[in-house]
Amino acid sequence: MAKHETPMLDQLESGPWPSFVSDLKQQAEKRAKNAEGIEFQVPQDAVEDLLGVLELSYKHGRTHWKHGGIVGVFGYGGGVIGRYCDQPQMFPGVAHFHTMRINQPGGKFYTTKFLRDLCDLWDFRGSGITNMHGSTGDIIFLGTTTPQLEEIFYELTHKLDQDLGGSGSNLRTPADCIGQARCEYACYDTQALCYDLTNEYQDELHRPAFPYKFKFKFDGCPNCCVASIARSDLSFIGTWKDDIKIDQAAVQAYIGGEIVPNAGAHSGRDWGKFDIQKEVIDLCPTGCMAMDGKTLKINNRECTRCMHCINVMPRALRIGDERGVSILAGAKAPILDGAQMGTLVVPFIECEPPYTKIKEEVIEPLWDWWMEEGKNRERLGELMKRQGLQKVIEVLGVDPDPRMVQEPRSNPYIFWKEEEVEGGWERDINEFRKHHLR
Amino acid sequence: MAFISSGYNPEKPMEDRITDIGPRKYDEFYPPVIAKNKGKWLYHEYLQPGVLVHVAESGDEVYTVRCGGARLMSTSHIREICEIADKHCGGHVRWTTRNNIEFMVDNKSKVQPLLDDLAGRKFKGGSFKFPVGGTGAGVSNIVHTQGWIHCHTPATDASGPVKAVMDEVFADFQQHRMPAHVRVSLACCLNMCGAVHCSDIAILGYHRKPPMLDHEYLDKMCEIPLAIAACPTAAIKPAKVEINGQKLNSVAVNNERCMFCGNCYTMCPSMPLADTEGDGIVIMAGGKVSNRISAPKFSKVVVAFIPNEAPRWPKTAETIKQMIEAYAKDARKYERLGEWAERIGWERFFEKCELDFTHHLIDDFRDPAYYTWRQTTQFKF
Repeated sequence: MAKHETPMLDQLESGPWPSFVSDLKQQAEKRAKNAEGIEFQVPQDAVEDLLGVLELSYKHGRTHWKHGGIVGVFGYGGGVIGRYCDQPQMFPGVAHFHTMRINQPGGKFYTTKFLRDLCDLWDFRGSGITNMHGSTGDIIFLGTTTPQLEEIFYELTHKLDQDLGGSGSNLRTPADCIGQARCEYACYDTQALCYDLTNEYQDELHRPAFPYKFKFKFDGCPNCCVASIARSDLSFIGTWKDDIKIDQAAVQAYIGGEIVPNAGAHSGRDWGKFDIQKEVIDLCPTGCMAMDGKTLKINNRECTRCMHCINVMPRALRIGDERGVSILAGAKAPILDGAQMGTLVVPFIECEPPYTKIKEEVIEPLWDWWMEEGKNRERLGELMKRQGLQKVIEVLGVDPDPRMVQEPRSNPYIFWKEEEVEGGWERDINEFRKHHLR
Repeated sequence: MAFISSGYNPEKPMEDRITDIGPRKYDEFYPPVIAKNKGKWLYHEYLQPGVLVHVAESGDEVYTVRCGGARLMSTSHIREICEIADKHCGGHVRWTTRNNIEFMVDNKSKVQPLLDDLAGRKFKGGSFKFPVGGTGAGVSNIVHTQGWIHCHTPATDASGPVKAVMDEVFADFQQHRMPAHVRVSLACCLNMCGAVHCSDIAILGYHRKPPMLDHEYLDKMCEIPLAIAACPTAAIKPAKVEINGQKLNSVAVNNERCMFCGNCYTMCPSMPLADTEGDGIVIMAGGKVSNRISAPKFSKVVVAFIPNEAPRWPKTAETIKQMIEAYAKDARKYERLGEWAERIGWERFFEKCELDFTHHLIDDFRDPAYYTWRQTTQFKF
């Protein structure tokens, strides 16, 4: 017998898509039964009360969770988010229901051993409810009480060799795409760079010293599977400088129909015979491709590496060999000043361990500038907007480059600096008046 | 429920303390075929919706079966994932950035038994536990935020609308009939923890009433200057109010200037905005993050408001279905939803998707608004 009636939530059990309500119910039942005799460290009925409070939200059309206050583990300012129910009498099992962010491994690969260890810990000291994964990338443990926080952290670090992620005005847990682990498009090892920077900047990740949140994300290629260009303050996107490699025999196999285009992604519909002119050459945004008889030609100098031709013919076209990353800065979702896309600040930089140039010439100067100039809750992108791309160029000490803009300015309101104008700005009015009467 | 300590001693918090060790290293968890062929992959193909093969230079193959997941997962569910991974995949599994679960095997003969096993697993309520799909020119899993399950600022639920919409578009999770892939995302408030602002279709929770003012507690709970500074439209100013004969420091809100972002509430819990009728959903469309063919784009608001219709959000689900069908019918191969809208023009987009164009859809927020107004006679009747 369920502790709370949940007539509205019950309606979310039908339909084919995995029902979170069914999952919560199976978890609630399992805790109630406790076949393994676990000495639960948070209320046994936490999940039943979670269902109860969610049902109440469905009835009211409003959340019943409160602001978190200050909870965390000793020495860290990030990784734990305090959460309390605003109806603790009705739902004592979730009166205190804090979140812990667990720093996920790169590419989100797991062994079942590690996952089970996490589950054991979370069944014992938490509600057993997680997010796999949160939007930023972490494994999210949902629902524990304050006295358990240090204990969980102790077990994570001592037994699982595992740390918390970031929250608050910190470096948020960096996240990457699957990269070279299983993708032929990856222009650099996203997992290696993500892991290296995560470890290098543990202090920034766990101790708030920034004006607001800061996100690194790593995409192996311009397809942008982790959406770094839209949602990270610094976006690392793999790219190449030299020529796309062409296997002409495979091109012919696509044309002849022996290989399906776009890796079979369009198999659900008859789009007709593959037409290389229509589907690749005419869709190329720069028009840099052509068939010369039976040979596909690419004018690589004009290519902007949009990936379309490679996506359509992955067995015929391959990324080049002179690989590195483009770095874009300042992307964010709308709060506060509207959404911003990342702006290209470093068109190309090599990307090999120990990544010293990336750290010392890009990340750290930008942080220094932002920490000095950024207002409370001002993201890097907003500061860039407020002080201008010229300022970013100055901070990074790079040369201005037409690659950084879509077009040159259409207003001539140029802020010349005094040192840029011959003779400076200080002039003698009396000298001037000798030739110009009042 | 006796308290059991792991060994942590609050009297000496620094004793034996291990901190700042970061995550476990990624390569500890690679399946052997991944570890062996990393960086040496030649090409990939979708064998059927939800099933991929990647072929390496060595000739090795890895077959991936992708399943939808609800993001909110219990340890019972994760343990079941482990059981499957042990049985079929040598104890390895991974998650995608869109909360799908990927089971990988190193031989084609292992694919069908895995698919059969997954198809047979259902929740008590009847839904699939591990529906296979989410690849290619179809609709993948909806990435989403916490909603009413765990967040303090949401204007809608997350898991519920996602379940309702995924039920509605389930066939397209398991098919490849779209012109290009369709990415649907949900963020339960304007904070956009889910960063939905560049999705083909975005479901966004939105408040429509200015904050309430809990004068009696405001000065005790909040830093008033922070609450004032938090407002992007400068709608908040300091105010003195009299409550029960007592003069209190508080704030006043210029309601007309409020666009309900909730940033003040984040800084000051005494300024809640949540409201049964006020809150609901904004639908945005046409965004993308990929650089393929055209540049990344922001999503645009195409429906200014749909009420929260718990538990199954029928209007939201129907509107999304409508847009997906119109796109599937009209767009060209490889054309993303936003590219289609730009090609046919937004006036046609509203017509074909049978959506009303209202004054709420005309931008009026600062400079960016101007760049969205039409300054040409090139329009369509």
